[in-house]
Amino acid sequence: MTLADTTAPDLSSAANTAPVLRVDDLHVHFRIPGGVMRAVDGVSFDLRRGETLGLVGESGSGKTMTSLALLRLLETPPAQIDGKAVMFEGRDLLRLPEREMTDLRGSRLSMVFQEPMTSLNPIMTIGRQIDEPLVRHLGLTAAAARARTHELLGLVGIPRPAQAATVYPHQLSGGMRQRAMIAIALACRPSVLVADEPTTALDVTIQAQILELLEQLQQEMGTAILLITHDLAVIAETAHRVAVMYAGRIVETGPVAALFAAPLHPYTEGLLRSIPRVVRTPAAELPEIPGFVPAPGTLPAGCAFAPRCAYADAACHGTRPALQPALSDREVACWKPRHG
Amino acid sequence: MAEQLLRVRNLRTYFPILSKVLRRPVGHVRAVDGVDLDLAAGEVLGIVGESGSGKTTTGKTILRLTEPTDGEILFESRDITRLPQREIMPLRQRMQIVFQDPMSSLNPRMTVGRILAAPFEIHGVARGAEARDRAAALLRLVGLPAEAAQRYPHEFSGGQRQRIGIARALALRPRLIIGDEPVSALDVSIQAQIMNLLKRLQGELGLTYILISHNLGVVSHICDRVAVMYLGRVVESGPREALFFDPKHPYTEALLAAVPSPDPGHTRRRVVLGGDMPSPANPPGGCAFHPRCPRAMARCAQEAPATTTLPGGHMVACHLYPA
Repeated sequence: MTLADTTAPDLSSAANTAPVLRVDDLHVHFRIPGGVMRAVDGVSFDLRRGETLGLVGESGSGKTMTSLALLRLLETPPAQIDGKAVMFEGRDLLRLPEREMTDLRGSRLSMVFQEPMTSLNPIMTIGRQIDEPLVRHLGLTAAAARARTHELLGLVGIPRPAQAATVYPHQLSGGMRQRAMIAIALACRPSVLVADEPTTALDVTIQAQILELLEQLQQEMGTAILLITHDLAVIAETAHRVAVMYAGRIVETGPVAALFAAPLHPYTEGLLRSIPRVVRTPAAELPEIPGFVPAPGTLPAGCAFAPRCAYADAACHGTRPALQPALSDREVACWKPRHG
Repeated sequence: MAEQLLRVRNLRTYFPILSKVLRRPVGHVRAVDGVDLDLAAGEVLGIVGESGSGKTTTGKTILRLTEPTDGEILFESRDITRLPQREIMPLRQRMQIVFQDPMSSLNPRMTVGRILAAPFEIHGVARGAEARDRAAALLRLVGLPAEAAQRYPHEFSGGQRQRIGIARALALRPRLIIGDEPVSALDVSIQAQIMNLLKRLQGELGLTYILISHNLGVVSHICDRVAVMYLGRVVESGPREALFFDPKHPYTEALLAAVPSPDPGHTRRRVVLGGDMPSPANPPGGCAFHPRCPRAMARCAQEAPATTTLPGGHMVACHLYPA
């Protein structure tokens, strides 16, 4: 078995391929004293085979809740997950029995989190943590699993794989731990990898290594990646398409180049402008978005961004705009889109 | 010529590594290992580097929040390297720090009004109604409403809490403020607000800053000069534009190349630097960067490079630039 036995996906025709993951009207609610907190409020998106979809948003936007809900990693209660469907390889994850969900997780549908230290088992060697899913999900023998583990560790760029397999997580540096985490996540050749802030805890030079690695593995294995991050620059360099979240909803989607070049939603526009870039002559003031992200549960009646939006009028404060198709392969939820 | 506010020479801060049983020192972590810095009044110096580079320890040692092992710290031409702690206290009025996470440095049981009045009372500058008035003036200065004084830290958003942290640092009219990743924990849309606030206050109050950050975009926006640290040493320093657009040290080049750009279409020049930063407890011999350096020569493994001064106040410690 090799990792390169699938050809790299042809992304030019990505629009024609059927989605490998389709999230349809996902909701995550929490009961709080005096009401309901809508952490995720009707999120829909498609993830196509071999593509990277960036889900970007600030803290409280609901991006992590979206990923935890579709992986069914939220405790219910207190969380309440609803939705039309989360279709993955022909099955609705929202209605799958817990046992089948457990079988899927870590095999066909896998994940990498920000801090590998909290998701790696501290008292199990790296090698055993990779062997385990291979034996459990793929039914490999112990010897075959060990050989495959060494191959995987080498593949993610860990030097001296056989020796690395015998160490415990705390003996590795942050970058090496994240590589080990990726090896575990990719062990069973998942068709979808959910990567939630996979490089946020890492230094930039190590971040560059990990992003390069994810890209290379994606090309070899054809894995679709849902990349969740607050960092627009990481999205710009890694993702094919992007969905921008604000206050529990997707406010804009589109191909990365088009969306970044001419954002339609004023929030996206504000975010892109407010990033400090390394430029020869910086402006005296960075453009800011006034105010702050509304706390979930305190959302205004109209567009959630209206109180901070320079273009908002009475319509924006009155009615919430739905996500509508706009231009080619793009969507926006705004009454007064930019570049419209 | 502006007054030289701070001068740091050959600063070293070592932390002992103790043996497990007898707690005897068996080695040292050389967090700061021979740092020179100069800062003119009214200037903004950025210190950049990755985790473990010693940038935070450098900042804390300058403020004497961490004890220096060796070297010299001159603040307002006065040697403060070995001042006893009771003499440090009055000095704290003149040099302050702003941390990354204001929540961990704001007392959760005190109202913001009391938090901001405390510096005046502790240093015997003002008390009672006068301290309260001054606290109210601080809130205005950082753009918070007067009602904020009656509320507790947890009632504020991250950006507002950082405003409170900045207000407290400004209470005693310091000349030098060290910001240790002051905007790193904030969302992008809030980060710009705090950066603009820091810049405005610097101009209005004639402050001098040392801004410690791993975010090169942030540093390039606020700083006049930048120092790049690697394994406890400054490997390159110089005026902002020279450092970002004409970097000399291979590490600075790699660091700049690794920063992802939010502008697609921007040609990718990600030079992937291999390996990890070595442990400061056991730094490589010669130039500490040589095991990861794409341009290392035989000499780099043998001999630590001296600092060379290039035209325009650009300094680099690398064998590619012989003295």
